[in-house]
Amino acid sequence: MKNRTHAPAIETVAISKIYGSGNTEVVALRDASMKIERGEVVALLGPSGSGKSTLLSAIGLINPPTKGQIKIDGKVVMDGPKSFVDLQRYRRERLGFIFQKSNLIPFLSALENVLISLSISGVEGRPAKRRAMELLDSLGVADRAKNLPAALSGGQQQRVAVARALANKPSLLLADEPTAALDSKLGRQVMELFREIGHENQAGVLVVTHDQRALDVFDRTMYLEDGVLAEHEVSPKTN
Amino acid sequence: MNLAIRDVRHNLGRFALTAVGLGLLLMIVMGMGGIYKGIEEDAVLLIDELDADIWIVQNETRGPFAELSRLASSVEDRAWTVPGVSNARRFITHTVQREHQGRSIRISIVGLSWPGDQGHWLPIISGRTLSQGHFEMVADQTLGLAVGERVTLGKDSYRVVGVTQNMISSGGDGLAFLTVSDALAVQFDSTGEATRLERAARQGRAEHTDLVQSQPGMLERASLPAGMIPALGSSTVSAIMVNLKPGVDPARVQSVMEGWADVTVYTAEDQRQLLLQGPVDRARRQIGLFRVLLVAISAIIMSLILYTMTLDKVHDIALLKLMGAKDRVVIGLVLQEAFLLGGIAYGIAYLIGERLFPFFPRRVIVTTDMLIWLAFAVAVICVVGSLLGIRKAMSVSPNEVLS
Repeated sequence: MKNRTHAPAIETVAISKIYGSGNTEVVALRDASMKIERGEVVALLGPSGSGKSTLLSAIGLINPPTKGQIKIDGKVVMDGPKSFVDLQRYRRERLGFIFQKSNLIPFLSALENVLISLSISGVEGRPAKRRAMELLDSLGVADRAKNLPAALSGGQQQRVAVARALANKPSLLLADEPTAALDSKLGRQVMELFREIGHENQAGVLVVTHDQRALDVFDRTMYLEDGVLAEHEVSPKTN
Repeated sequence: MNLAIRDVRHNLGRFALTAVGLGLLLMIVMGMGGIYKGIEEDAVLLIDELDADIWIVQNETRGPFAELSRLASSVEDRAWTVPGVSNARRFITHTVQREHQGRSIRISIVGLSWPGDQGHWLPIISGRTLSQGHFEMVADQTLGLAVGERVTLGKDSYRVVGVTQNMISSGGDGLAFLTVSDALAVQFDSTGEATRLERAARQGRAEHTDLVQSQPGMLERASLPAGMIPALGSSTVSAIMVNLKPGVDPARVQSVMEGWADVTVYTAEDQRQLLLQGPVDRARRQIGLFRVLLVAISAIIMSLILYTMTLDKVHDIALLKLMGAKDRVVIGLVLQEAFLLGGIAYGIAYLIGERLFPFFPRRVIVTTDMLIWLAFAVAVICVVGSLLGIRKAMSVSPNEVLS
């Protein structure tokens, strides 16, 4: 059962990630603390190599931090490299991922790509199909449900990827440069889509991006440089 | 949702080609087993069909199926005198290779003890059995001879009066059945000059034997055909086959005959075992070893194929893991594809083999037992072959989606 509390969707408490040791030690993340409330849509900015992907993979319960705590829905799920929950299950039930490339499974149709996410969460049959079609419909790609990813445009693929990420009604949506492969107009549409999704589904949304043109879409912006995380005030640029 | 089937459907061409390749390999494994079974059945076929209870062969030899065996045909008469014997027949076999209508044919000739044995036990598919003492032949269909066709062997020509099916020697040559006297004539055929020289030599040998002192007429007969002078002529038949009356203990008859110093006596089962443990055993071990190698090669190839197929899906597997897929979903994907590949390859092996094996020069006998064994082996190969792919899949980190 998902714990639908009023606790933040995600909270990190002084998490650090250190690769190697001694002379080869690299600090990728340094005492990063942050919080994203449910329904809050947050952008994470930072130059290449600043530790954005490291932070995302730590929050995504893929790559554990060297130290510090990660809380999801108010529950401590990781303390340093030690986990307190079944991480696979947490990823399955509470997290949704969207990437720079759509990362759709090439041998599954658009509909099946959404269905597989539901299937992994244990939702099968008609309810699964109904939910998947609703998502595809809401994202404007229901008419391409039977097409393989190769037959879809970049924007359509990304929409299917968003539908897949939303299928299990996650409390936290993590997006890693989701608009990098899209033109500015389509990129902005996708960013706006995230805001709608975050607000409508009461899900926390963290979007890693280089694109500063659509920052007005976000509720808040964070900046990461040399592994240090800070709240950031930016002058929104609109197209 | 079955991911394996969808992946296969998406890469159908490559999968089909792989399955055909693996299927052909499995067909060879299947064929090897069938060839061994064919050799084994061909080897004991004649012994079984002749249905003798006891075989009398040349002393200290293992009989005509294992080595050269020569003994006097008069042993047949001796065998008749043993209590419990219901029938005794002469047996002769040898292989000839002759040109016939512009092609070379190898014939394994078997002499039937005419008139007692006319070949009624032969599996004749066209024509009839022997009906006269000379110049008739029943040939196996593998020799490519038709009923009515004439084949010249030595100085005489023999008319094919019947055609049999699946009568093959242990060497894989088609059998031809003649009367014993015709078989001997073919075996000892020589030119007129050679015959004259042999008779002169025989006369010379006879002059120095004690037998001629007691039987002076023997010297004159020394120049007659060998068949007319058994005491001077060479031993003629390969073996004597003996059948016993119902209820007679073969061991008792065997012990009586073993008292004869010039022969060795075997039961039919002894002959079978001698044959199976002799030349057939070597072929069996050779083919068996080759088969083991092929199975090992199939397993390695399948492992590599499955590993490559897994490598192609590393990104998708990482994504599934990122989405929280349980290990069994990923293992199931690799295993199901392995079983699909193995199952389809097995089917291809069976279907192609079934159509191809009849064209092989030697009999390929694929039994149900062998098919079950191979299916089991393929299942094991699928599991073992998947291990490498599963290991790879398990080691894939969800992080790889982010890279």
